Amino acid sequence: MSILLPTVLIGILGVAFGYMLAWFAQKFAVHTNPLIKKIEEILPGANCGACGYPGCSGLAEKIVNEDAPVNACPVGGVKVWTEIAKLTGKTTGNLETKKAMLVCQGGKGTVQELGAYQGIDDCRAAAVLGVSHIGCISGCLGLGTCEKICPFDAIHINPETGLPIIDWEECTGCGKCVEECPRKVLVLVPGREQVRLACSSPASGKEVRRVCSKGCIKCQLCVKTCPVQAIHFQDGVIQIDQEKCTLCGLCVEKCPTHCILHLMSKDRKDAEETLSSVLNS
Amino acid sequence: MMIGKLFHGGIHPPTFKELTAQKPIKKFPSPEKVYLPLLQHTGTPLQPLVKKGDMVKRGQKIADVDAFVTAPLHSPIAGKVLGIEEWPHPTRGKFGAIVIENNGSQDDEINGVLSQEEMEGMDPKSIQNWIREGGFVGLGGAAFPTHVKVSPPSGKKIDTLLINGAECEPFITCDHRVMMERTDFILSGAYLLARACGAQKIIFGIEKNKPDCIEKITGSIHNIPLPTQVSPLPVLYPQGSEKHLILTILGKEVPPGGLPLDVQVVVSNVQTAWAIGRNAQEGIPLIERVITLTGDSLTNQENLDVPIGARLLDLVNYCGGFQVSPEKTIMGGPMTGIAQVTLEVPVVKGTSGFVFLRKNITKEEYSCIRCGQCVDHCPMYLLPTDLVRYAEHGDFEEAKKQRALDCIECGSCSYVCPAGIPITHYIKIAKAEILLRAKKGGK
Repeated sequence: MSILLPTVLIGILGVAFGYMLAWFAQKFAVHTNPLIKKIEEILPGANCGACGYPGCSGLAEKIVNEDAPVNACPVGGVKVWTEIAKLTGKTTGNLETKKAMLVCQGGKGTVQELGAYQGIDDCRAAAVLGVSHIGCISGCLGLGTCEKICPFDAIHINPETGLPIIDWEECTGCGKCVEECPRKVLVLVPGREQVRLACSSPASGKEVRRVCSKGCIKCQLCVKTCPVQAIHFQDGVIQIDQEKCTLCGLCVEKCPTHCILHLMSKDRKDAEETLSSVLNS
Repeated sequence: MMIGKLFHGGIHPPTFKELTAQKPIKKFPSPEKVYLPLLQHTGTPLQPLVKKGDMVKRGQKIADVDAFVTAPLHSPIAGKVLGIEEWPHPTRGKFGAIVIENNGSQDDEINGVLSQEEMEGMDPKSIQNWIREGGFVGLGGAAFPTHVKVSPPSGKKIDTLLINGAECEPFITCDHRVMMERTDFILSGAYLLARACGAQKIIFGIEKNKPDCIEKITGSIHNIPLPTQVSPLPVLYPQGSEKHLILTILGKEVPPGGLPLDVQVVVSNVQTAWAIGRNAQEGIPLIERVITLTGDSLTNQENLDVPIGARLLDLVNYCGGFQVSPEKTIMGGPMTGIAQVTLEVPVVKGTSGFVFLRKNITKEEYSCIRCGQCVDHCPMYLLPTDLVRYAEHGDFEEAKKQRALDCIECGSCSYVCPAGIPITHYIKIAKAEILLRAKKGGK
């Protein structure tokens, strides 16, 4: 019978603590907007920090309580934005997704190679040395720092050219690679169809021709070819005015070194359609 | 004389100095063209004072800038300015350079000759200005403008001038030869430097592996009107680092982040003293220097007196070309030097030599085994093991706290590492990042 006493005692204590817990839970409950929790669930949950807020929950809170834009999360993309827009009733601002683009085509066999790099396998490490192993002063070093730091596995080094290939399906436009690239040959561009110059060298045409077979030699043939005057030669570099460009592709054909690229993506159109269908439903 | 103490750590690399140590300095004939980068010193880049088509004299000032930490540039040959273009630079990849074509004339501009009386009569301030006008920088390698070094800020007093003849880098023997062959200029230059900074005594620091230099300098220092001594130094790398030189000779430790003037000392390289002494006696500013061309792939290893701006390719041809084409070319010594990718680079003021190596010996890299060899050999009492990990993981705040900026990049840690980790390279990244952040934060 000696088992009876402890059983009863523990039982009473259990019931008492149970009621206490229930009471505490109600008395000290922290009231949060259930919307925050819902938005947090929609967000990718990678806590990558690309939005500029402290993690996904931080962003969710700012979207509900303050005026963080609905499309602040570059990783989530249109699908996430539309869902958040639906939940909060806010309108999305700029619908454009950003994608990383390599503004260099000077890979192996294309750019002049001066020596073999030895040392830490990282572009940032090679850049602190001052003297570089390729002839171009602004070209891609090709040691794959972007590949290593991409949190979404969207960048892979092409073993043939040594240049990174960016998979726009996977790229979320978080901008991590752009930030870390010591040569600044990665830039964020809108993820849509566009015409871009794929050379970042500010050097003279003569110098570029000497060191690279796919660099911009500043011949300005594109400037003369463009039917809508969207291409200008300013401060020693070719600049393409994206507002004026009609994507006719004439300059892409004319460019003697093939360093103007016509980037294709239907991303934006899809995005607009998705959003309007969601908002109108 | 050595009242100081041995520094912590250090290494004993093979010196390979026997290749050139006994070879007298040869005068390199005036080259056809010279390439003079507008940045040859630590500090503000220069603005050219000449333009395409101008005729210049040998010794004429061709570039200057209105800044304190800088050193003007003089033409090493007489001839015509071909233009200012981007040219390979031994430490910067590429940099704007003034290109001058030799017209073969001996048109000299003689400036700044000082007689004995003038030397005595000048006050420190005017000697500092005179040094600035000569374009002098530290010829040991860092190329820090000499007039800045000898201008102590008000309130700081200098009592000792150390003349650095340690030359601890393997392979390099240019200072050795200058000490042997150009002793007189060194002495008068040292005296001028001491006058400029107000030092009351001069001490020459020379490593014991150069007994001929110790004997030669000791035998002639009575010519200097200030108390002067020669201090034979133990042979240990990096003895030639100024902080370690001060510790070994005077027993004073430069505080972290501080400068030699915090312990009332100015350190100058022997070749800088030589160039200054030469300017005082012959009126030739810093347009020539002695460099060592060495290494097992070169046909003839030489110590050459070359004009600044001479192209490396021409120097190699003068030395008889290569026996075997080098797998690795380094400007400076193999410990702290910078690998070169082209023979088009010119000699700059900070060039102490070029080393051409037949074999590029690399160590395979393994994981750190925490053996602590780098800690034992670090002459700056740092913990390279930890600094590598901070740099690897991007924790630059912690690297700064662990005094990464005190690293003198001597390379002892990489040299001893049994796992073949490029430790100095990691610390270099950390230093660059810390300085970059400080710059951003300061704005």
